[in-house]
Amino acid sequence: MKHLLSTRDLSREDATLILDTAQELLAVAERPVKKLPTLRGRTIVNLFYEDSTRTRISFEAAAKRLSADVINFSAKGSSVSKGESLKDTALTLQAMGADAVVIRHSASGAPHLLAESQWMRGAVVNAGDGTHEHPTQALLDAFTMRRHLGELDGKNIVIVGDVLHSRVARSNAYLLSTLGANVTLVSPPTLFPVGIETWPVATSYNLDASLESADAVMMLRVQNERMNASFFPSAREYSRRYGLNAQRVAKLAEHAIVMHPGPMNRGMEITADVADSDRSVIVEQVTNGVAVRMAVLYLLLSGSQTPEAIES
Amino acid sequence: MVASASNMARQVLDATDIKRAVTRITHEILEKNRNSDDLVLIGIPTRGDELAARIAAKMSEVEGKTISFGSLDITMYRDDLRMRPARGLEPTSIPEDIDGKVVVLVDDVLMSGRTIRAALDALNDHGRPRAVQLAVLVDRGHRELPIRADFVGKNLPTSMSERVQVRLSLTDDADDSVTITGGEE
Repeated sequence: MKHLLSTRDLSREDATLILDTAQELLAVAERPVKKLPTLRGRTIVNLFYEDSTRTRISFEAAAKRLSADVINFSAKGSSVSKGESLKDTALTLQAMGADAVVIRHSASGAPHLLAESQWMRGAVVNAGDGTHEHPTQALLDAFTMRRHLGELDGKNIVIVGDVLHSRVARSNAYLLSTLGANVTLVSPPTLFPVGIETWPVATSYNLDASLESADAVMMLRVQNERMNASFFPSAREYSRRYGLNAQRVAKLAEHAIVMHPGPMNRGMEITADVADSDRSVIVEQVTNGVAVRMAVLYLLLSGSQTPEAIES
Repeated sequence: MVASASNMARQVLDATDIKRAVTRITHEILEKNRNSDDLVLIGIPTRGDELAARIAAKMSEVEGKTISFGSLDITMYRDDLRMRPARGLEPTSIPEDIDGKVVVLVDDVLMSGRTIRAALDALNDHGRPRAVQLAVLVDRGHRELPIRADFVGKNLPTSMSERVQVRLSLTDDADDSVTITGGEE
């Protein structure tokens, strides 16, 4: 594994290795010294072309806990606003000796372009590209589920909301089914992407029917910034049919957990009382995110990258 | 010692020998430290943790009270991380606050001393023990760092081309044994 671009490329072994490694790294946050020397002298660039709070901070914390040097780059206030291309930015990063680039971009496929080009030699980690994938989010979701539900084989995971624009839904759909879970996507018909039938998931338009057997319910954010057409009549109607409220939570099994990748639209896809209830693991997802990203950076960067060494 | 063809495995310790060595190390640790109140046994996975558990069990039996033990993964502290493919991590569980305690590190085989150096660094991030001692089942020489063991099950002079394999019942699901393979005679 040289890059982490999508969960679709991850084998079950790779995914399990990342989750098991994260499990051990979670304990680092509990120690007197919350730092490991592992990536000392390595440089990791956070290349963020799109706004983000938790993903960028989480990657930064993860890199710093592994003793790597972190350079934060956001498109606002950089030469990108003067019209610099991705290629020229990449060449600059290569010249500065970046060992890994964590990239978030509004264009789907930007991380692939970076990884496949010869512009730079470092590892590329996709931190969300357009409406395509957000693999570390899916990994931290799977990690959080595994901590609460045990191994994911045969578990029923319901993902609700704007699947069309959601890179989180796509990454989770592939990763969770690779790990053996049964994934059901619930969304209004207008918010399913074309070709959804080729995904390894079940689909439904009816949230209430999916709740009883669910082991975990993941609510997706309604992405107002990507809503360039009338996908549903009104916010009120959306939240009545697809929002998670206390009545719906009451239908869930006792052990079932409620998740949300953040940032939440309280009152839209999830009510405030549900978001703050003890069913909700939303804050824990953030904590787990650091451990999962540490695992990813460790596995991509620590070892030797020469093919001979990988074979032996 | 059983002499056999050069490439065959030679068994140097069997289950009884290992049991005796563990018992002797237990008594030596107690002798050296006089009282067991502040002792914490920490094994280095894989196998060091199983040995630490065995020594702790034996010590608890001798002392009539529970001696705590744990494990310490040193993967993230290794000095050869950049020379090998990335590998998964082993569990770390430090049973109690180690500040001011006497920590006995336990490992199966001591050779270059690099694992122990990494373990000392790792331990440093968990607290400040009053003293750190080292117990190993097999010391095969070839040190590359100024490190020595306080308690040794068996000194086993070997050549670099030989391989020492320790098997323990829980970790390896096989009878306890120490064997040497390879090397030319």
